[in-house]
Amino acid sequence: MQKYIITRVGQGIFTLWALTAIVFVSVHLTGDPAIYLMPIDASSKADYEALQRQLGLDKPLIVQYGIFLKNALQGDFGTSITDRRPAMDILASRLPATLQLAAAGMGLAILVGVPLGILSAIKRDSIFDKVAKIFAVVGMAAPQFWVAIMFILVFGAIFKVLPTFGRGGPDSFVLPAFVLAWSIMAGMMRLGRSSMLEILDSEFIRFARVKGLHERLVLWKHALRNSLVPMLTFGGISLAGLLNGAIVVEVVFAWPGIGRMLLDGVQARNFPVVQAAVLASGFFYIAVSLVIDILYAYVDPRIRYSE
Amino acid sequence: MVSTTTNALETGTSGIRRLPGQLLRARLPWVPILILGLILVCAAFAELIAPHDPLAINVLNRHMAPGESASHLLGTDSLGRDILSRLIHGARTTVIISFVSLLAGAVVGTVLGLISGYFGGWVDAIIMRCVDAALGFPTVLLAMIIVVFLGTGTINIILAVALTFWARFARMARGDVLAVKTQDYVTLARITGVSTPVVIWRHIFPNVVNTLTVISSLLVGQIILLEAALSFLGLGLAPGAPAWGIMVAEGRDILIDVWWLSLFPGLAITIVVLAFNFFGDWLRDTLDPKMRQAQ
Repeated sequence: MQKYIITRVGQGIFTLWALTAIVFVSVHLTGDPAIYLMPIDASSKADYEALQRQLGLDKPLIVQYGIFLKNALQGDFGTSITDRRPAMDILASRLPATLQLAAAGMGLAILVGVPLGILSAIKRDSIFDKVAKIFAVVGMAAPQFWVAIMFILVFGAIFKVLPTFGRGGPDSFVLPAFVLAWSIMAGMMRLGRSSMLEILDSEFIRFARVKGLHERLVLWKHALRNSLVPMLTFGGISLAGLLNGAIVVEVVFAWPGIGRMLLDGVQARNFPVVQAAVLASGFFYIAVSLVIDILYAYVDPRIRYSE
Repeated sequence: MVSTTTNALETGTSGIRRLPGQLLRARLPWVPILILGLILVCAAFAELIAPHDPLAINVLNRHMAPGESASHLLGTDSLGRDILSRLIHGARTTVIISFVSLLAGAVVGTVLGLISGYFGGWVDAIIMRCVDAALGFPTVLLAMIIVVFLGTGTINIILAVALTFWARFARMARGDVLAVKTQDYVTLARITGVSTPVVIWRHIFPNVVNTLTVISSLLVGQIILLEAALSFLGLGLAPGAPAWGIMVAEGRDILIDVWWLSLFPGLAITIVVLAFNFFGDWLRDTLDPKMRQAQ
């Protein structure tokens, strides 16, 4: 177990390091950051050279990378080009909105997806099962940005029942969290259904039934527990989907989180902000998948021994 | 001994030979196939099918509702361009970008996976760490970084999408290679002096084909969604280009009055992705029933 954790942490650190290298190299490959940082009015050669020295751009690339890495480790990602605030401050002010939205989306996916999947398995081939299947299949195929826009049209403009813009009270979470959660919910449902069906078909459930146990006890005690494990794993995998979705959802619903910060930064070619947002979401993603992998290896011994 | 060898060699390459027969015996998913056929025809003959030029601006006809005029069945957009024609040309954009990036990702990923699985050792370790790093990262974010620094445009989107998906192919190909490389016919081929590239191409690659076909068909939907999301965020093609993601974005600000601008392209994406997903599921169940559980 210890060996597995050490290997896995090592991999996480490597991925994070690779990410910093990609971000750093990309910035420097695609042009001189000093040109982007130059004030529009000051464009003499002396100004430019002074700025280059100030930014450390006259040093060799590898030294620059070292400085970049050292600063990043201390939480210093540079200053935003547009409003001169430290990128770290912007990140800190945006982080809670994204975390809350992600938590709401994940909560919704689990609280709705898992029970629906299990119910579809118990009531196999019923009307409920079929409707749930359509819900899942469409959820995996419809693009999130489009679903978000259609929801704004239906719930915001036509029926005027839910807020569609920005972060406010609990009701402002409903639409963004649902859009964010739909495809994950769909995955949970399909997985929950198939794993529950498989278990309901297994020897030990048949034995429990033959033994004369009450059907409710068979379902809720014996079958349910065992079908939860694959869904837990899927929860971990879908974290990437959550982050992908967060960017799109935040943009459409004008949610003041990291996803929008990232896109705004991209459009303004505001590299310090982009770097901060990319590294923060990368760090978040890597850290959480690390924790989930370790938890899962703890639950399922087959994983740690196969490594 | 000689006869066993030829038999074994035949089984080794039978993956490809058996494929058409297997596919024909199974019940075909007609609805997805028809939809995909329609999309391919639209993509190939967009100029002939589309009633109008997708870029022709006619401000007098702007914001026509669907059905308002017989010559603009699905209405017109803010510049008076015909939505149906833009949808048909958008099919071409979608097909080209998703297939080329799928192909690029599949080729790079498969080659690296074959190398990684066949040679093992430090080559394997390096490639697999790269795979882990690529898989351990949200696709939109990765594609965004690439598009940000390389700029927008068809080639760069293809590159961005291919770079986010190659790792899945590499991992699957490697797994398959590990399963077959210790088989007798591979060892025999190696001992009799067949060169390494030929061993990999003739005796190992055919075993990977089924898996790759299945993975590709299951990934197409995700690739289309990623491309559409990038286009929607303005990180794809130039504004105004007939791409479904861009069309949805164009209707966003005037959603309440001109709802059809966003509705139809989004519907098109959903239907095509649905068709690909159903087709992929069917292909997986037909070619590789084992993967049903792995997925």
